[in-house]
Amino acid sequence: MLRETWLVFRRHTAVSLRSPAWVIIGIIQPVLYLVLFGPLMEKIVANTPGFPPGDAWQILTPGLLVQLGLFGSMFAGFALLADISTGVLERMRVTPVRRLALLLGRVLHDMVQLLVQAVLLVVLAALVFGLRAPLAGVALCLVMVALLGICLSSCSYAVAAILRSEETFPPVLTSVSVPLLLLTGILVPITMDLAPRWLYVLSRINPFAHVMDAERAAFRGEYSVDALLTGSVVLCVVTVLAVWWGARTFHRENA
Amino acid sequence: MIEARGLARTFKSRSRTVEAVRGVDIDVAAGELVGFLGPNGAGKTTTLRMLTTLLRPSAGSATVAGRDLLTDSLGVRRQIGYVAQGGGSAPECRVVEEIEIQGRFYGLSKAESIRRGRALAEHLDLDGLEQRLVRTLSGGQKRRLDIALGLIHSPRLVFLDEPTSGLDPQSRANLWQHIRSLRDEHGVTVFLTTHYLDEADALCDRVLVIDDGTIVAAGSPDELKSTVSGDGVTVGVPAESTVDAAEIAGHLPGAHEVSTTEDTVSFRVPRGDTALPELLRALEAKGIAMTSIQVQRPSLDDVFLTVTGRSLRDAQEVPGAA
Ligand SMILES: Nc1ncnc2c1ncn2[C@@H]1O[C@H](COP(=O)(O)OP(=O)(O)O)[C@@H](O)[C@H]1O
Ligand SMILES: [Mg+2]
Repeated sequence: MLRETWLVFRRHTAVSLRSPAWVIIGIIQPVLYLVLFGPLMEKIVANTPGFPPGDAWQILTPGLLVQLGLFGSMFAGFALLADISTGVLERMRVTPVRRLALLLGRVLHDMVQLLVQAVLLVVLAALVFGLRAPLAGVALCLVMVALLGICLSSCSYAVAAILRSEETFPPVLTSVSVPLLLLTGILVPITMDLAPRWLYVLSRINPFAHVMDAERAAFRGEYSVDALLTGSVVLCVVTVLAVWWGARTFHRENA
Repeated sequence: MIEARGLARTFKSRSRTVEAVRGVDIDVAAGELVGFLGPNGAGKTTTLRMLTTLLRPSAGSATVAGRDLLTDSLGVRRQIGYVAQGGGSAPECRVVEEIEIQGRFYGLSKAESIRRGRALAEHLDLDGLEQRLVRTLSGGQKRRLDIALGLIHSPRLVFLDEPTSGLDPQSRANLWQHIRSLRDEHGVTVFLTTHYLDEADALCDRVLVIDDGTIVAAGSPDELKSTVSGDGVTVGVPAESTVDAAEIAGHLPGAHEVSTTEDTVSFRVPRGDTALPELLRALEAKGIAMTSIQVQRPSLDDVFLTVTGRSLRDAQEVPGAA
């Protein structure tokens, strides 16, 4: 099982390494946010009451990491749809490789790619924009981003395998991702002081808002706050659920 | 090698239910080269996908390569090779990488996988293409790569779904040669599907004819053809004489299935060669000037026509068939 997962991982990674440009293309958007939105954020954070503690970069960078984890991984399903239409998935499904390994190998590949992007982003924020954050906090943050990637790409594969259609997948993706991203408070944290009550409540229902809070806490080096614990627990639970869902879908015959 | 009983599959969607395969029995002995012949949409691919564990049958059971299809699907997958209708190699990969990883999926070591890949590439005329991206291969080359992927673990049973569809005549003939040598030189049992009459006729030891999810005839091409009674004769006559000519033809000993078009009369007789002189004399006596004549030994298309009431060529044009 481990060997099979490793083989599947290796195959998809070999394909990605052939066109490493995708890794860069994937972080263009968050980098643009850093460059074109970050400076505005400095002023806003300084002049608006209600923001959580920390400076603009400590608030924005983890936000962009979560965005990368959510948004980047959601697109994983497209690769699966391509493999379905070329028959690659079916070819692999006739080999003795376990179906769970076919999923996990892919998910692992997406996670590694995401981590590379996340590290690039953090390094850039630190070197160019003077982001200051404790190393341990950043490391913890990256672990959470990795889990986030596992969670979201598993979901993306499950949805793609159920829909099996390059026409219906994008609209479904958009209709889920935009509200999810907004309710996570990526750019402007949804705090009790900033948001109207209904919006705040709505964001609390979104598991990723808790993950967001946990990441920001980690970036501030506050390891003992409730937010970090809540966020981590929520993240672990949704990741396990997502992988279980993905595995179930891959086991079903027409995935 | 294959023993299937009552294998059936129904597809349900919101709007409609499709009974793609309606309970087929299939027996294939080791070392046989068996063809599954039928028009598009007959249920060939669906049957193959059931036999290769990709699709759960709605009913029925099967033993494939000695393993139970329903309870030991992993065991079945270890024993068989499968080449899907559309192939299964990724356009963005290199030929050599696809072959190597496929071998490793089957549990071969890296070295062993590379070694077998080389041998297969040589055998299937793929040498020199190892470093090419799959998307740059020609149709015939890609098809042979897909077949190489299905053979990397030296399975004793392979399923080929429409192996030559979409290929030019040269590549088809070439591929037939490869498929024959699989069986003749390596003792591989081959189960292939096709909607080409000539392919089933030229390549297969035994043909199962499937139509609308049911097997309607089975046997060697010669056996099947002998079930069609007699040779087909078509004579061309002036339009005003078709009725008279049909009348004459109908009175020939053993003549049946007489039909006419605007200026031809067709019928079957047990022996076309001996019936002709008699026909010529009778037509001349009536003063009918024949414009052309054709005698055809029965073909698999005639077999299909006899068992289903329509020609396989016409059946291909069923709208919406895949
Ligand atoms: N996944 C599917 N969902 C619904 N209908 C299907 C599916 N696969 C095949 N069919 C239907 O089953 C019938 C048989 O298809 P198929 O086995 O592909 O035929 P063949 O391979 O002989 O051309 C067709 O009517 C086809 O539309
Ligand atoms: Mg087919």
